[in-house]
Amino acid sequence: MLEQYLSLFIKSIFIENMALAFFLGMCTFLAVSRKVETAVGLGIAVIIVQTITVPINNLIYINILKEGALTWAGLPDIDLTFLGLITYIGVIAAIVQILEMALDKHFPKLYNALGIFLPLITVNCAILGGSLFMVERDYNFSQSIVYGLGSGIGWALAIIGLAGIRERMKYSNVPEGLRGLGITFIITGLMAIAFMLFSGIQL
Amino acid sequence: MLVKLKRTLLDPIFNNNPITLQVLGICSALAVTSKLETAIVMSLAVIFVVSFSNLSVSLIRNYIPTNIRIIIEMTIIASFVIIADQIIRAFLFEISKQLSVYVGLIITNCIILGRAEAFALKNPPLQSFIDGIGNGIGYTLILIVLAFFRELFGAGKLLGFTILPINTEGGWFVPNGLLLLPPSAFFLIGFIIWIIRTFKKEQVEED
Repeated sequence: MLEQYLSLFIKSIFIENMALAFFLGMCTFLAVSRKVETAVGLGIAVIIVQTITVPINNLIYINILKEGALTWAGLPDIDLTFLGLITYIGVIAAIVQILEMALDKHFPKLYNALGIFLPLITVNCAILGGSLFMVERDYNFSQSIVYGLGSGIGWALAIIGLAGIRERMKYSNVPEGLRGLGITFIITGLMAIAFMLFSGIQL
Repeated sequence: MLVKLKRTLLDPIFNNNPITLQVLGICSALAVTSKLETAIVMSLAVIFVVSFSNLSVSLIRNYIPTNIRIIIEMTIIASFVIIADQIIRAFLFEISKQLSVYVGLIITNCIILGRAEAFALKNPPLQSFIDGIGNGIGYTLILIVLAFFRELFGAGKLLGFTILPINTEGGWFVPNGLLLLPPSAFFLIGFIIWIIRTFKKEQVEED
């Protein structure tokens, strides 16, 4: 039993890395990876939000939206899955807002460190993507907690790695047209190939 | 007026392309381009969502309170994405399976929220609509180019029809399997940006 969760955890960090295997959260991934320090802040924020939103969306999906889920309310024929998208994004926006207020009140230091990144996370596709994959793969509640945590860590790992490489890139002479965005894409491609090595691992 | 509209339409296609210059909406650009077919369906969905969400946001722009505008924009966008998603599921079921979660992720595609924020909140409906179509086409252009190269050289096919007969089926073409894998999309976009910036010097970044 524990093995199953452990393998899901490892799989969501390395093999099915949100950023490098599914290209999720690319906009922020490329825009906020100039410095390791900011990348760490954003990475932590993503881990926190992902670990909270995926299980909550899982509860909503299983108890309200899924076909036949409303049987407890005496409505066995109702299928609300089409409302999924708008619900998940609403939940994510609300959680981010609540988290922002809670952190501001109780952990002002962490709040200041995260700064602008927290609100930005609402439109990070890795977060919505996590919830959508959870639905598509039919995870149960405890699996969704593990998956949320794992995929958040995987994304954070990727962005911190990229930021480290980009800091080093300052010392190299990149062709003119490739500077900035162009070379970042190519580095990300190479990182993705490196991460593909994990895909041969059977868990 | 007509000149201005034309500029609104054409500007985002080459000069201010949402993917290569504004770095918006890349997630889906990479994930759905291993086949031309999925890329086309995805592009049509994005054009639909971005133009109509721009139009709707612009129509009510004077009534939206500034504090909660993001939530309102998200709701409008999510509604259009649901429409697009349901239509794709109803009429193109096979493709909807391949696109998997990426249609839903149009909601968080930054092009759409970006255009609503940057353009539709400040401009009249017709112009916003045209701006949406322009940005949608700019996005489409990159997607189609990527998908064209990836499918042609990765599988020897275009839209499922064999163009270059591959060696495992008795042909002469040795496909480059890397192009079907995710990382190749990064390289291709990198090279497209390189080509564009070689000709448009003003887009070069100082790092």
